[in-house]
Amino acid sequence: MTEAALAGCAETPVLRQRGQREVFCGLTGIIWLHRKIQDAFFLVVGSRTCAHLIQSAAGVMIFAEPRFATAIIDERDLAGMADANDELDRVVDELLARRPEIRLLFLVGSCPSEVIKLDLSRAAERLSGTHAPDVRVLNYSGSGIETTFTQGEDACLAALVPILPRTAPGAPPSLLIAGALAEVVEDQMRRLLDGMGIGPVYFLPPRHALDLPPVGPNTRLLLAQPFLADTARALEARGATRIAAPFPLGIDGTTAWLRAAADAWDVPAARFGSVTGPASARAAHALDRYRPQLAGKSVFLFPDSQLEIPIARFLAREMGMRLIEVGTPFLHRQHMAPELALLPSDTALSEGQDVDLQLDRCRAAMPDIVVCGLGLANPLEAEGITTKWSIELLFTPIQGYDQAADLAELFARPLVRRTRLRV
Amino acid sequence: MQLTLWTYEGPPHVGAMRVATAMRDVHYVLHAPQGDTYADLLFTMIERLPKRPPVTYTTFQARDLGSDTAELFKTAARDAYDRFKPQALMVGASCTAELIQDDPGGLARALNLPIPVVALDLPSYQKKENWGAAETFYQMVRAFAGPAVPPPGSARRPNARPCCNILGPSALGFRHRDDVTEITALLGRLGIDVCVVAPLGASPADLARLGEADFNVLLYPEVGGQAAAWLARSFGQTSTRIVPIGVGATREFIAECAALAQVDPTAALAAAPSNLPWYSRSVDSNYLTGKRVFVFGDATHAIAAARVAAEEFGFTIVGLGTYSREFAREVRDAAKRHGVEAVISDDYLAIEAAVTAAQPELVLGTQMERHIAKRLGVACAVISAPVHVQDFPARYSPQMGFEGANVLFDSWVHPLMMGLEEHLLGMFREDAEFHAEAAPSHLGHAAVRPEPAPIVSGPIRWAADAEKEIGKIPFFVRGKAKRNTERFAQERGLATITVETLYDAKAHFGR
Repeated sequence: MTEAALAGCAETPVLRQRGQREVFCGLTGIIWLHRKIQDAFFLVVGSRTCAHLIQSAAGVMIFAEPRFATAIIDERDLAGMADANDELDRVVDELLARRPEIRLLFLVGSCPSEVIKLDLSRAAERLSGTHAPDVRVLNYSGSGIETTFTQGEDACLAALVPILPRTAPGAPPSLLIAGALAEVVEDQMRRLLDGMGIGPVYFLPPRHALDLPPVGPNTRLLLAQPFLADTARALEARGATRIAAPFPLGIDGTTAWLRAAADAWDVPAARFGSVTGPASARAAHALDRYRPQLAGKSVFLFPDSQLEIPIARFLAREMGMRLIEVGTPFLHRQHMAPELALLPSDTALSEGQDVDLQLDRCRAAMPDIVVCGLGLANPLEAEGITTKWSIELLFTPIQGYDQAADLAELFARPLVRRTRLRV
Repeated sequence: MQLTLWTYEGPPHVGAMRVATAMRDVHYVLHAPQGDTYADLLFTMIERLPKRPPVTYTTFQARDLGSDTAELFKTAARDAYDRFKPQALMVGASCTAELIQDDPGGLARALNLPIPVVALDLPSYQKKENWGAAETFYQMVRAFAGPAVPPPGSARRPNARPCCNILGPSALGFRHRDDVTEITALLGRLGIDVCVVAPLGASPADLARLGEADFNVLLYPEVGGQAAAWLARSFGQTSTRIVPIGVGATREFIAECAALAQVDPTAALAAAPSNLPWYSRSVDSNYLTGKRVFVFGDATHAIAAARVAAEEFGFTIVGLGTYSREFAREVRDAAKRHGVEAVISDDYLAIEAAVTAAQPELVLGTQMERHIAKRLGVACAVISAPVHVQDFPARYSPQMGFEGANVLFDSWVHPLMMGLEEHLLGMFREDAEFHAEAAPSHLGHAAVRPEPAPIVSGPIRWAADAEKEIGKIPFFVRGKAKRNTERFAQERGLATITVETLYDAKAHFGR
């Protein structure tokens, strides 16, 4: 590898533009978070627009008695603040009476609730008092004015941090993995870490509201997702030490991520190799199938989830794709440093968006494949540009060794489809 | 505050987007926070439009709040004009921007753009999507047809050939595309020309020509009603009152149009090319008699469907309702005619309770009723928005006119058991296939979802943890994963399948 490539993208200037941002707000995070924490309920306090957004994003999931809903603010609530709080109490009573199995209730702030300055943290305190000990009520903001898409998960997890139990004084080091992962991925990671003798291992968010992971000075924090700036800060404030690592996407990413944990536990290299070797070799074999379909192809990533940089790193290093522009809604320099070091140094990076200007750049570059949201995908396809819609990257298990090929396949499929169709 | 899970309608600015997206050469600048762009995907994914809706959002964020947002709006409006060069600009606010009280209309006018600016005032905390669409279309019609309004008392000049406008079809409308085709052809057979179809496919210049038509065909009162009333006042144009859904309504619609255009409907009525009357009379349809049907949707489709169900299918109406509060009176009147109490509600739990209580054999409703019916194990067909992507079909499938009646017959009867099947069900009452609890054929095997066969095959043993792991795979691909894994183990002479074997096999075969 040349010295320039080794330098990565750490010093690369980042294009920042201001204009229309074609992105989801943080409310969307509810769609996967409610699947993850099985006895939590998410109550958005917002407008009909918020309810409509969640409905559009949740698709058919909305019919499966999901654990989320919207308290729609109406005219009467806008008239006076006291009234709005009474109304919220009434709605929460109604909700908890219908769903007695709920143990944790999140009041989720929206743009309207924030602009009218409805104090949801006081409401959460008040309602926690009313419904203790059966239900705990927390709050966070998923509003578009505060959060972009996956930042909703960050805000939710950060709201959980203050109620995590403290680790016992003098407890042995424990590993806390933050970021919602598919259960199948979580189990794989746990098996690998067990195999190396790393533990105890906890996950945030937990699968049940009452299984909260402990945190304290002996907690080593490993981020499984790149969008957890506030959560990491809150955990560090409670004494946890973050282990810097790339994110567990692709073989390289997963190995480096596991190695960061292994180093913190002084796992001997031989043991690390014997535990990760078989899964890593298997993943390499599986990736071979997709490399001919992806190598040499150029890719342009629109900002969406903050997963763009780790995914671009995987596509470039492991699949041999050419990166044209990698957009991200928000770039956390410190958390992303290990990833930036691994990106080809000529990668154009952008943070934020002016969508029309970005579309101009995209069309001019004529990429082989564009990663973008559903609002842009069909219009670009109609212009003859192959796309991969990005929201799928949040709902499909893509982390870890055994999902590396699934991740590659998500990009190979639209390209293969394009060559198959004769109409 | 109202506790809501499902909403039948979006906020009013989505209605405005439906009008903007339907039209040509207009652009809508919407003052809205980051995230409201989600509405684009309703058009690009559900309606599968090959272009972005002509909407620019200001997408303000928390750091912009303060004096900055007004400037942001002006920049967005100016940039949108420069880039898209529309004939007219629509401007408005979404629910959050309504609270911060910038004035999009005033701000846009201050830019002195060389095109008309139509300011939309859509109260998000009182009104909903259809109202927003109707109000937007009305404001657009006033803005562009208004200057052509003749002095009061002017007599209409009759056209050489009778012509009409078609009002109401919009983007994201349930079967609007094909209804327009069907009704245009029908009017053509009567010798009536179509002057302007709006908002679907119309430009601001087209709206300016609305006054030239002899009368208006109001296909969707939810969207076009308000504009039609204004056109009646301003240009003396009468609007049709009958929505041509079903054979009977179509025949009455033909007679109504013929009267308005002063043409002879005899030939068009005699042709009446619909299969519905004969199909409904054929003996196989006997079993449809008195089937209990629950009807729910927007007011126009619900009222029309109830009439068709009673008069053309011989069903018994056991429930009729709408989520369109604006048309509650019309639906109550219709319900009275069918001898039921109207359900006027946008709370799907109230609808579910009403459906459960009415015990129907068929539900005609929206996407939501489809799921209620599925849960109750009752047959269902979709007659109204909101709908999902499968109800924007590739094939020609209008709801209106004679071909529309054919479509109704097929799509409503399909979910019911065919007469012969029902006969067999009576004959072989105890048979496994036809016993009393057997679901209608279209429901597949909803009653008994086959679980993958127990995991023991031949000499290969599944270790307990591997069995647990494969349980995490979604059921619809589990069978394939299991087969692949066993084949993989067999080929390698493995006696026990472990978690590792499972993933080795996955890596070997790919997804």
